[in-house]
Amino acid sequence: MQKTLHINADKCTGCMQCEMACSFENYGTFATAKSRIKVFDFHHTGKKVPYTCTQCDEAWCLHACPVEAITVDKATGAKVVNEATCVGCKVCTIACPFGTINYVEETGKVQKCDLCGGDPACASACPTGAITFIDSNWTGLGKMEQWADKLANQPSAG
Amino acid sequence: MSWAGKILRVDLTAGTVKSEPLNKEWARNYLGSRGLGSKYLVEEVDAKVDPLSPANKIIWATGPLTGTMASTGGRYTVITKSPLTGTIACSNSGGYWGAEFKMAGWDMVIFEGKSAKPVYLYVNDDVAELRDASHLWGKSVWETEETLKKSLQDPLTRVSSIGKAGENGILYAAVVNDLHRAAGRSGVGTVMGSKNLKAIAVRGTKGVGNIHNPKAFMKATTEKKKILAENGVTGQGLPAYGTQVLMNVINEVGGLPTRNHRDNQFEGAKDISAEAMATPRATDGKKQLVTNQACFGCTIACGRISKMDQGHFTVANKPQYWGASGGLEYEAAWALGAANGVNDLETLQYATMLCNEEGIDPITFGTTVGAVMELYDMGVLTKEQVGIEAKFGSAHALAFLVEETVNGRGFGKEIGQGSKRLTAKYGHPELSMSSKGLEFPAYDGRAIQGIGLAYATSNRGGCHLRGYTIASEVLGIPVKTDPLEHEGKPELVKAFQDATAAFDSSGLCIFTTFAWGLADLAPQMQAAIGEEYTTEELEKIGERIWNMEREFNNRAGFTAKDDSLPPRLLKEACKTGPATGKVNMLAEMMPKYYAARGWDKEGHPTAATRKRLSL
Repeated sequence: MQKTLHINADKCTGCMQCEMACSFENYGTFATAKSRIKVFDFHHTGKKVPYTCTQCDEAWCLHACPVEAITVDKATGAKVVNEATCVGCKVCTIACPFGTINYVEETGKVQKCDLCGGDPACASACPTGAITFIDSNWTGLGKMEQWADKLANQPSAG
Repeated sequence: MSWAGKILRVDLTAGTVKSEPLNKEWARNYLGSRGLGSKYLVEEVDAKVDPLSPANKIIWATGPLTGTMASTGGRYTVITKSPLTGTIACSNSGGYWGAEFKMAGWDMVIFEGKSAKPVYLYVNDDVAELRDASHLWGKSVWETEETLKKSLQDPLTRVSSIGKAGENGILYAAVVNDLHRAAGRSGVGTVMGSKNLKAIAVRGTKGVGNIHNPKAFMKATTEKKKILAENGVTGQGLPAYGTQVLMNVINEVGGLPTRNHRDNQFEGAKDISAEAMATPRATDGKKQLVTNQACFGCTIACGRISKMDQGHFTVANKPQYWGASGGLEYEAAWALGAANGVNDLETLQYATMLCNEEGIDPITFGTTVGAVMELYDMGVLTKEQVGIEAKFGSAHALAFLVEETVNGRGFGKEIGQGSKRLTAKYGHPELSMSSKGLEFPAYDGRAIQGIGLAYATSNRGGCHLRGYTIASEVLGIPVKTDPLEHEGKPELVKAFQDATAAFDSSGLCIFTTFAWGLADLAPQMQAAIGEEYTTEELEKIGERIWNMEREFNNRAGFTAKDDSLPPRLLKEACKTGPATGKVNMLAEMMPKYYAARGWDKEGHPTAATRKRLSL
């Protein structure tokens, strides 16, 4: 079963545990600046929104890479940057419509979410369930259940 | 060992910024943040210094757990000598600034001297420099943050700054970061303004990396987060209702000071409670509360984000206040509301936004307005003097006075001096509800005996955050004690004060202590720092910090006589509720407190105490 990072922004409190977990997993340091998942705080509405790579099937970054440094991890479906091959040309950062692959000055390579090899640290660290790692085919299941519940169990909605 | 190992020293007079190594021995003995920053202050500053002179220093200090995955690990403390009280001042704040600063590779920054013109400190990892702030002077906290982020072309910059209040010499100006998190009390922002220092803008990309035992640290912090999640207060009450969960609870025990402590219960408590914030308004059908928000690293998320009714008289035609913004916390809701008899939730939200926008402490402000309203009620102050009819309960007076105060206009200038100076000027010093010149927060020291003793003995004056015995006396954490009983409270207050000093120095938030004891802090500290910290040792370090702060105050000229409460709390009994007939039994408790502390009759630590604590 392929799994997907699923984000429910309504549950996000803006605590940054996900960003710290991401940087710790990949760099062994608590550095939100190095995180591959970012939390956006829209303070005029009060919304906090975590955002990261959704692992496109036909990934723009992968197709754009001139040296084939981005490959598919067959086990997880993640698009993974091979740092040894990456030349830091940044074409992938232009190709990605979502901005989720970015250049890292210190390494001279790009970085993106690789799903931590199948056990994403951000999802484990999220204290509220705003970030979960669930069946790719059924990311809508939770919402469907909520509406089904409303339909069947809450008389006022009927 | 979770320290960057470096601190910044900024000489504002000379305009220089230097890096120096962190004093590791002091870090071992005083932990960090509150304890360590205070150690630097007491070693470097003469306790008798004029707080607003260039000879005073002001320090931003992080703790060993700031910027880590330990829950609530985002806090920093601002330490200086207070212009409001003359005591040591030490106010901490959450938000994101503290972690960002630590991630830039710095543990602390010490400012000394005074700049000839407005400046701000810019920190981007190793780059740390003073920059011209003339374009920021006169701007609010909110404008300052926005302007800096834009001009630096970096939306991820974090800013700790003062608004107009800190520039104008209001004695209880706050240092505010991330729009609505504040090092709020004791006038730390006033000292910042006196040095012509407008802001510290920080971008940190290095991270906090040198955790001693990462595996043990992740294990310990994960376990301890689980305790917070499963606790009724930290896992349910605070995220759902915020600190405002207390409004009705404290009113029910008869401990909600009302109308400048004339009353101890407020008939309008329910109108300004957490429940009211979550109920749709009659006017526009919307709830004031929009959502909750966490500070950096916090898995509790007690912060409130609120939106006002756009048609309310305070904000009609002022769209800048129509968006979501920092909402009412319990202390602010009480000080702006019950302390003045005002039960209009929207006006309280407006006032709290202005406190954040221009950077003032809502507790001292609200309580000072309470004293003004009492003086008005007595006929000592008139409408002509105040500029408005300042009757208890007047939302219009509150809204007018908060505008006047944050902008340093009219009678607001006098309110900006705090209740001690204001009531003395008008011949009624007894009406200042304060200890050592710092106004009391939201708990009545008559109905809740231990908190009265905590106010009288707090090293920064009337403050609940130095020994929150409410946890025990009202909430039953860690064990329930009777709020009306004074026996046993001296020992309880001491235990809370010492444990709090340790927590405050770790870089974590004191709200974790609703679920954690020092035994929960110890393994996280140990794994991060790599030195053995037992529960007993953390207690002792907390006690050492307490005594160090006390000795600074003693050198500043405070004596046993200053460990006092206003006559109203000692002589005028509670009129209603379960505490009817009660006054605070301070005279009974104080000798026992001194004995428990190992202090002589003058309130000085004895030679044996100093030796035991290695002072």
